[in-house]
Amino acid sequence: MYGDNIAVNDVSFEVTSNEIVGLLGPNGAGKTTTINMVLGVLEPSAGDISIAGVGLAQNRSTALGCTNFAAVYAQLPGNLTVYQNLRVFGLIYGVKRLATRIDEVLQEFDLTRFRNTKCGVLSSGEQTRVSLAKAMLNRPRLLLLDEPTASLDPSTAQEVRAHIRKFATSGSGGVLWTSHNMYEVQEVCDRVLFLSRGKILLEGDPRRLPEEHGKASLEDLFIAVAREPLSLEVS
Amino acid sequence: MSLQRSAAIMLRQFYLMRGSAARVVPLFAWVGVDIVLWGFMSRYLNGLTTAGLNFVPTLLGAVLLWDFFTRVMQGVTMTFFEDVWSRNFLNLFASPLRLSEYLAGLVMSSVVTSLVGLVFMLIIASVAFGLSFFSYGVVLIPALLVLFLFGIALGIAATGMVLRLGPASEWFVWPIPALIAPFAAVYYPLTTLPRWMQYVSRIIPPSYVFQNIRSVVYGGTVSWGPLVLGAVLALVYLVMASWFFSRMYRHGVRTGLIARYSSETLN
Repeated sequence: MYGDNIAVNDVSFEVTSNEIVGLLGPNGAGKTTTINMVLGVLEPSAGDISIAGVGLAQNRSTALGCTNFAAVYAQLPGNLTVYQNLRVFGLIYGVKRLATRIDEVLQEFDLTRFRNTKCGVLSSGEQTRVSLAKAMLNRPRLLLLDEPTASLDPSTAQEVRAHIRKFATSGSGGVLWTSHNMYEVQEVCDRVLFLSRGKILLEGDPRRLPEEHGKASLEDLFIAVAREPLSLEVS
Repeated sequence: MSLQRSAAIMLRQFYLMRGSAARVVPLFAWVGVDIVLWGFMSRYLNGLTTAGLNFVPTLLGAVLLWDFFTRVMQGVTMTFFEDVWSRNFLNLFASPLRLSEYLAGLVMSSVVTSLVGLVFMLIIASVAFGLSFFSYGVVLIPALLVLFLFGIALGIAATGMVLRLGPASEWFVWPIPALIAPFAAVYYPLTTLPRWMQYVSRIIPPSYVFQNIRSVVYGGTVSWGPLVLGAVLALVYLVMASWFFSRMYRHGVRTGLIARYSSETLN
């Protein structure tokens, strides 16, 4: 609730290990609000959030230690270098063998040459890659990505998608991903949740869902959900 | 509580200072200007009086201690403002960092920056104007402690206010020491103040410090009772300030202000 306004409502979902879940919905559907609740910066007025079996309300610090995030609206401080930002957040997240881990993520996201560059002078795409490097630093059990490729060129976006796929398949973490790029969602996500007015209207494999609902593509299905959510609720 | 996470906040501040003259120079500039200005003023007043009064330990010493208090408070608020200016709250508060660890990080940063300022002031005041801290005797230790605790308390309370009211409210923070100074009786005895101001002074911990400092300089003894009362008051304010900050943070989490803080939608 924001004052008397209902924001989100009875959303309920689970992200399992090695799974990438796409949280889809029109603007204002409650995607970012949901992510903010999972990140502990917005307290739900009802309901429970559990990360890696740890209750967020009961043990906030431990629960948030199992997660990490990247979002276009939460860039890292521009007045610190890439290395300094990663070091500070690595200490906050209690990353073991931090120096080695920083080198790994710098290499993974092709940031080694920007190691001593202040984040503020990087291009928006490079800053996004720094945010993703920070998000992967602690090998989170739950990785939250709010439109992570929004400011990336198609080539870099493809590389980033590959990194995130690798993260989900090789480790023990799951990913909750929001995006308005249906092509990307279809390529990356194992499962999608269509959120509208705080309710999950549809859930399933993004490659099969359009056909199951008589639509030609995921984008058509998205438009249908955004414009006529009630018809889908009834069906 | 993780010391490592608090140290990360301090490390961030160190990184910022290391690479920025704009952040380092103010640590020295304003306190240096104050000491030089009041040093000459003290010297001038010494020449005016015939009774052989020495204004250096009373006036210049008081300026030095008050600047120390101001630096302590600003050490906390400046570290906090770095997160405001760089829109870093979402990154910090969506991490395992506990509120107590964050506040400890602000305090640790303040300890370092205020000590740097204190040492610099001492060097100028002693070399250029002959101020000796030893002339205050043992009272100096509790005096610095009370000023430090009250500075930290005010710093935390001020950050809580900015957290609640938004980035634009940082301008309320800067004049706080100037508003308190008349009641703290930094430059004159408490009896100089009208009765109602003296009542207010009783709840201002630095007033007990400066009364004692003046008493020692003029050959009196240390009044330990009022100093202890000042220390207890400062501790109470510290607890209240931490509680206030925590309440403001909880309010921000409940209403979504923390999540939206980075977009500066508060004001």
